[in-house]
Amino acid sequence: MTSMPKPFIDKHLPKNRLGLSVRNYEGVMSTLCAGCGHDSVTAALVQAFWELDLAPESAAKVSGIGCSSKTTAYFMGQSHGINCVHGRMPSVATGANAVNGKLHYIGISGDGDSLSIGFGQFAHAIRRNLNMLYVLENNGVYGLTKGQFSASADYGSKSKKGVPNEQTPIDPCVQALTLGAGFVARAFSGDKSQLVPLIKAGLMHKGFALIDVISPCVTFNDHAGSTKSYAHTYKYYHPLVHTDFVAHAEEITGEYADDGAMRVTMHDGGELRLRKTDSDYDPRDRAQAIETLMLGGSDGEIRTGLLYLNEDMADMHAANRLPEAPLNTLPYDQLNPGAGALAALQKRYR
Amino acid sequence: MKDVVETPGEVRVNDFVIKIGNVNGTGSASANGLLMKAIFRMGVPVVGKNLFPSNIQGLPTWYEIRITRDSYFARSGTADFVVAMNAETYARDLAEVSPGGFLLYDSTWPRPDLHGRSDITAIGVPLARMCNEQFDNARTRVLMKNMAYVGAVAGLTGIDVEVIRGLVTEMFGTKAHLIDANMKAIELGLNYVREHYPDPLPLRVEPMDGTAGHILIDGNTAAALGCVYAGATFGAWYPITPSTSLMDGFKSFCEKFRVDRDTGEKRFCIIQAEDELASIGMAIGAGWNGARAFTPTSGPGISLMSEFIGFAYYGEVPVVLFDVQRAGPSTGLPTRTQQCDLTLAAYASHGDTKHILLFPANPKECFEMAVQSFDLAERFQTPVFFMTDLDIGMNDWMIPELTWDDSYRPDRGKVLGKDELEAIEKFYRYEDRDGDAIPYRTLPGVHPKGAYFTRGSGHNWKGGYTEDSDEYKEVLDRLTQKWKNAAAAVPAPVVIKCGRPARRAIVSVGGCDGAVREAMDRMAADGVHLDYLRVRGFPFSQEVDDFIAAYDEVFVVEQNRDAQLRTLLINETSADKTRLIPVLDYAGMAANPKFIVEGITAHLETVGDAA
Repeated sequence: MTSMPKPFIDKHLPKNRLGLSVRNYEGVMSTLCAGCGHDSVTAALVQAFWELDLAPESAAKVSGIGCSSKTTAYFMGQSHGINCVHGRMPSVATGANAVNGKLHYIGISGDGDSLSIGFGQFAHAIRRNLNMLYVLENNGVYGLTKGQFSASADYGSKSKKGVPNEQTPIDPCVQALTLGAGFVARAFSGDKSQLVPLIKAGLMHKGFALIDVISPCVTFNDHAGSTKSYAHTYKYYHPLVHTDFVAHAEEITGEYADDGAMRVTMHDGGELRLRKTDSDYDPRDRAQAIETLMLGGSDGEIRTGLLYLNEDMADMHAANRLPEAPLNTLPYDQLNPGAGALAALQKRYR
Repeated sequence: MKDVVETPGEVRVNDFVIKIGNVNGTGSASANGLLMKAIFRMGVPVVGKNLFPSNIQGLPTWYEIRITRDSYFARSGTADFVVAMNAETYARDLAEVSPGGFLLYDSTWPRPDLHGRSDITAIGVPLARMCNEQFDNARTRVLMKNMAYVGAVAGLTGIDVEVIRGLVTEMFGTKAHLIDANMKAIELGLNYVREHYPDPLPLRVEPMDGTAGHILIDGNTAAALGCVYAGATFGAWYPITPSTSLMDGFKSFCEKFRVDRDTGEKRFCIIQAEDELASIGMAIGAGWNGARAFTPTSGPGISLMSEFIGFAYYGEVPVVLFDVQRAGPSTGLPTRTQQCDLTLAAYASHGDTKHILLFPANPKECFEMAVQSFDLAERFQTPVFFMTDLDIGMNDWMIPELTWDDSYRPDRGKVLGKDELEAIEKFYRYEDRDGDAIPYRTLPGVHPKGAYFTRGSGHNWKGGYTEDSDEYKEVLDRLTQKWKNAAAAVPAPVVIKCGRPARRAIVSVGGCDGAVREAMDRMAADGVHLDYLRVRGFPFSQEVDDFIAAYDEVFVVEQNRDAQLRTLLINETSADKTRLIPVLDYAGMAANPKFIVEGITAHLETVGDAA
């Protein structure tokens, strides 16, 4: 989309507890197509960070290659970002996270980046329970290379030229559930009211949080016959669990009346409230979540919301017994055993 | 074949090679290590080379112990005393014994094929029978057979059994029954040879004072120690021979030195990645975030890592890669040594990329250069390749004890902290503020003013995305300059002059060093005098250029088929390639002086000039 960036004027905008407006959480202007679902996800991320009162420098953005991966430049320009090689964002996030677990890691990926070239790294980041929010902007198509099917394209979904996809899709949520992820959600870029609380909850989840966002590609996959178009997604969109995220203690105790919601206190502070919309769906039952996604798919409905949550899993830091202070802050004298230790050690080599 | 030891003419004290042929997975490594260390403890310099198969159990394996009173540190390529424990390789082992040499075999079974040689002495010891009689369990019998030959070899060559006893005691600590069982097996062999071969062999180990202040250590362990002393806190890896023991070493030293005794917290993080693509990605992520990070691997790993290496080069992220080279191409010979990744590493990744390489020659340099690698990676904000190989990495080398200067402080390079960011108006990631081609960097989480976007796509000096030709070229040109500047910072070459006017010289690298020096001695004895330069870093310093220019011809000695060091010299110095004569060995074995002497001699004969 070619246009001029908006001038930075925010004096009339509300400020969060850090005195920042949403505009302080923006990045450079998007170069994606007008109407791209990814830009809505970007806007939701900006909103979520602003609402959580997180200092921009407390976040680290990581991504690979593709339309989705470009978006890390489009939000939070005051945060460090790294846009690495195709499909390998999880490994960069793993190393970065290992040496400083105090930052909020936001990985942005796409269906090509995560489910084809990067399927292995996606899986292993989950296995390690890397503490990060992993947003998979899923449009079923390769945009930058002009319209090839991706691994998430549904069986029978048609390309822009009318050719049906004849391979079975990879469902990132089912994969994440089978690999042991503790936070698995699906959302739609067109429903910000659902996406923003999920992003907030995912950021506060201590462990790997996947949000698979159906994010239509207006240029290559928004036609009749596509199962990842806006029209199709609106038609079959089915919120299974309604999610509210309450970040602050005073709001937890004061603002909300008892509404019958399931309440989950998050490790990093805040409270998650989950309300079932129409069924006996239990977002703490992994097997039910897998069954619902796998068997429920036959009716064409796109089940969304926080599909699974387990707050009691050790993340990578805990599993590796990493210290409270980030490794990148440890003074050298705590790392180097010194000349005396070296001399003593070498007795074994004599 | 002679069945008893006759008194031969020449007695060789502390100057011969014992070679043991055995079966992989039978515990022979402990027995061979014990023999070598006992000789070392007697004050006698040793060189040990383990030749092992890519196999868990059953294939042939050999171990060479060169006893070298003159402190040479290459393998000699000969075998004066062969211990043939492997029926499968008997014929081959027999053929390898030097004329006038000795062969010890297990006489439990008849070996009619031994009769092929009349110029050596065969010594039969019924190792299996004795161990079967003395030990119950089948596995113990196999293990103890090895200890029994240790006793036999000790008895025949004069290795001090009390020194062996001391080592066995250290090896098993408080497990008295294991000490007793092993000593019993050793004494079986010892007593048998004392009874049946009472006359000493002419190959003798006698105490001397040649190992004081020295240790026996492998290069991977020494490099791992270097990582600890450098203050590396993050390592990611995917297991691959022959680099695996580097991470094993780092882990064990960190467990020893870096675990908080009260809380159990670890001041390091090691991640076994799902593949090499992930391990380099993790190391880059950690380096980007301000930790000293590394990944140990071998050639196949470097191939897989190549895309990320280009990213770290272009994004200017510090990271250290330890390439413990093995014989390629493809899977190649995973348990054999080569220097075959030189050009791969020098220009790793697509597009215009050039890297900093360090070339240690022995475990002492592994320790020192591991530390230097981290300093250089952070100072120049770029991947640094530590180019070692299987011979250096996995064999025990006798080196002077490692020392450490407690005044050392890591060179963390140009990193702006919170206060510095506060003080400047605006931060631009790739701005050459100091005119040295090295920009300043910032770490995530420190200050919003320090935020920047690291990208592998085209970027300008501000760090912004660009497709503008001039902006793109400006960054690329600065990277070239930065790389060139590193020539003065990498370890300087080592030059050894022969002390006479020389028209020819040798240039070599890494683990060829011992073989080159010995070859120089041998050739000097024949009147051929050569100077020698060993490169230790890439890009090459001016000194390398000047050295080559001073000679009519320079022999480039290296262990690969394609003369890769020579290629780099042609590419990156002003040397005339017609004056760079390749001397190559790519058989996969640790370097020995023979190929150098033969290669140089052949060339001199061709040109009809012996000086």
